[in-house]
Amino acid sequence: MRPARFTAAADLEAAPDPRRRWRAPGGRLILRASAVVAASLAAIPLTYLVVRVAQADGTEIVRALWNARIATLMVNTVGLVLAVSAACLVLGVATAWLLARTDLPGRRVWLVVSSLALAVPSYVAAFGWIATTPVRGFWGAFLVLTLCNVPLVILPTIAALRLADAASEDVARTLGRTRWRAFLEATWPQIRPASLAGVLLVALYVLSDFGSVALMRYQAFTWAIQVAYESLFDRTLAAVMSVVLAAMGIALVAAERRIRGAQARTGSTVAARTQPVPVALGRWRWLAHGGLAVVAALSLGVPLGALARYLLLRTETSTTVKTEDLLADALSTVGLAAAGAVVALALALPIGIVAARFRSRLATATESASYLGLALPGIVVGLSLVFFSLNVAPMLYQSIWMLAFAYGVLFLPKAVGAVRSSIVQVEPGLEDVARTLGSTPAGVWIRVTARIAWPGIGAGVLLVALTAMKELPATLLLRPTGTETLATSLWRLTSGTAYAAAAPYALVLIAVAAVPALLLTREVAGGKRHPEETL
Amino acid sequence: MTALRPAAIATAALAVLTLSACAAGDGDAMPTPGTASSASAVADGTFTLYAGRDQELIDPLIEQFESDTGISVDVRYAGSTELAALLLEEGDATPAAVFLAQDAGALGAIAKAGMFATLPESITTTVPAGFTSTDGSWVGVTGRARVIVYDSEQLSADEVPTTVAALTDEKWSSQVGIAPTNASFQSFVTALRVLEGEDAARAWLEGMKASDAQVYAKNTPILEAANAGEIKLGLINHYYWYRMAAEVGAENMRAKLAFPEAGDAGSIVNVTGAGLLTGAADDADALQFIEYLVSPAAQQYFVDNTYEYPLIDGVAAPEGLPALETLTNPELDLADLDSLGKTTEMLVEVGLL
Repeated sequence: MRPARFTAAADLEAAPDPRRRWRAPGGRLILRASAVVAASLAAIPLTYLVVRVAQADGTEIVRALWNARIATLMVNTVGLVLAVSAACLVLGVATAWLLARTDLPGRRVWLVVSSLALAVPSYVAAFGWIATTPVRGFWGAFLVLTLCNVPLVILPTIAALRLADAASEDVARTLGRTRWRAFLEATWPQIRPASLAGVLLVALYVLSDFGSVALMRYQAFTWAIQVAYESLFDRTLAAVMSVVLAAMGIALVAAERRIRGAQARTGSTVAARTQPVPVALGRWRWLAHGGLAVVAALSLGVPLGALARYLLLRTETSTTVKTEDLLADALSTVGLAAAGAVVALALALPIGIVAARFRSRLATATESASYLGLALPGIVVGLSLVFFSLNVAPMLYQSIWMLAFAYGVLFLPKAVGAVRSSIVQVEPGLEDVARTLGSTPAGVWIRVTARIAWPGIGAGVLLVALTAMKELPATLLLRPTGTETLATSLWRLTSGTAYAAAAPYALVLIAVAAVPALLLTREVAGGKRHPEETL
Repeated sequence: MTALRPAAIATAALAVLTLSACAAGDGDAMPTPGTASSASAVADGTFTLYAGRDQELIDPLIEQFESDTGISVDVRYAGSTELAALLLEEGDATPAAVFLAQDAGALGAIAKAGMFATLPESITTTVPAGFTSTDGSWVGVTGRARVIVYDSEQLSADEVPTTVAALTDEKWSSQVGIAPTNASFQSFVTALRVLEGEDAARAWLEGMKASDAQVYAKNTPILEAANAGEIKLGLINHYYWYRMAAEVGAENMRAKLAFPEAGDAGSIVNVTGAGLLTGAADDADALQFIEYLVSPAAQQYFVDNTYEYPLIDGVAAPEGLPALETLTNPELDLADLDSLGKTTEMLVEVGLL
């Protein structure tokens, strides 16, 4: 994933010899070797599937692939992915434009409100819709997934709009273009990479989401894979279907690369960039407030309302919730998510640095491999790590380390994106200056590169932690025996239909996850950050 | 993307090497199901239990067992089918010694994979045939009977159908409550498929849909609807009625239970059961726990707390239930209920899910 280069620094970085900073061959070798090792670890789930399929009987594979069901499932899944991606793109860019380019009052508040959906796990949102409305099936899954994922487009688009050069849009306006045409021709090409990167994450999320499609009873691939594992006990069928799903994910990543690679880099030097004059909404602002309020009500109001209703419905016979259990679960959730974020960072650093500083096949390959985790449902990643752990490190099986490792693999793309775009931001000239002033390469790294890149990388780590808190299927399989997280307790209580007891867990989960979500929003909204850093 | 192939292949190759090295390791020790015997057993005072039932229900039982025996139990709670999938992936390397599942199908899947050690006869003979495994790979612990609940103000006992087939009759149109999303309903449909064949099962489901069966989220709302006279008939598990009767008093129950005739899929008794994994075949602590599950104390605990059928002699079933023996279905091996996935797909195709 090539970063968008809008700044003067980034333009300089594209100079002919990007490798000059890694003159020491030893250091370069170590860096590349660690990138390959990290990428191989990220490829474990897919490799596991290949091993599983290879062990199976040929006729079984044909039987699994050659039936009408696969076609139906594929149509269902692709349809949902396309619909949700399109809706998130339109809704996300429109919201971002309102919040970044207009004089809408209360933009900061609206930004926080529209990002908070990140803290609501999609299965909790789906539960809220089921409990309060008759919406099911395709439209149910479409609604829930769109509402939960739209911040993934809003946030990077806002950041890109803030960095984009507004002058060209003004020029287009003076040449007689309508506001809409001017936006499409002058601004959209500049924000497209950031928006599309967000849409890619949305699409991958929809492809691998299980919780909400299962609750909505929509027959997507992940649903069928889960049925194959847990109801048919047919692991060959499950593995074959997972390979098909992974292929769709890889195709998505490749398509996104192609779209972005084909586009011209537009931008201007820092000096020519002007502060855009906010668009005056006038009476339209009431419509804008109304639209944002409707989206907020649907994405936050419905799930929170349903949870509140169950809290109030508590009766004598309801399962009781002990505060100390809730607290213990919250602590283990935060601890595990933090450990997972550290693992993701460790794996992401070599891949991200190589991707930012080298233009090579290795860079592209390792970065692509890091995306594999996103395209697979959690149960596949979970089972592959069960297999890997028992065979390679049986001592670590069902320990917090293996679970943290799973989070690291699952959410690696978010960390890689953050590392890569933060490092790209560091002007290579600065590093060279430090070198000519006598710093060692390591000294330059610590005192210059790491110092400048750190905030962006930190936000990526936060995002990994936030996502890991909500993770369910891999957590269920890999958590240490006796350890519960907020997500697993919530799941356990809802599957025992103890909804009233489950509600406090869901609310605490949302509250805990809201903290990193809010921190992220501030980072992006502050305009301190490059478009893709959050992704 | 074509240009990046060599590097991509190198990356993938490394990963393949790592994993195939692991894969080579797990083929050489195929398990031969051992026979658990107390004679050669070892006890280290602890074992791991995979429990596929509610934590709130099982925890007190575990605490009792721990204080009686001094053995400490590590419990991993999750859904029965989920734990079965996990066990299948773990194979021999599983840390679990005992698998407690609330569905015979999940136990059947593990038994089919050869992962259960044969239990000693002293345990398996305590439970009557029909409510436990046919080969001693696992033992039934409690029974849950499928029943028809009816509104006693609109129907008299002899008007209630005695087979599920009769429920598709036009005269019950929009009067029957079912819960297609519920695991027990799905087990019943699986039994229907096993006993009557796929076509008959599909025809029955289509018939129910055509006669406008009322769909509920789970068993309790069906019972409540029958108790309020909103529907005349419903398909539920027996113990939901007992739970409600315990809350409001049996004499205040407008809904009453009817038991379909023996041999009908509508009267199957599904079980909670437990098995000993091969790796723990010699684990005396684990074996002692399974013995405890079929002891009078544990059986009484289930009767008192869940109103389920006890499966051993000498513990009385909740009052008013027909004798367990009359519900035995000689045609059905409970382990055959492991094809749940096909049932789910059929329900979706018919449009009930």
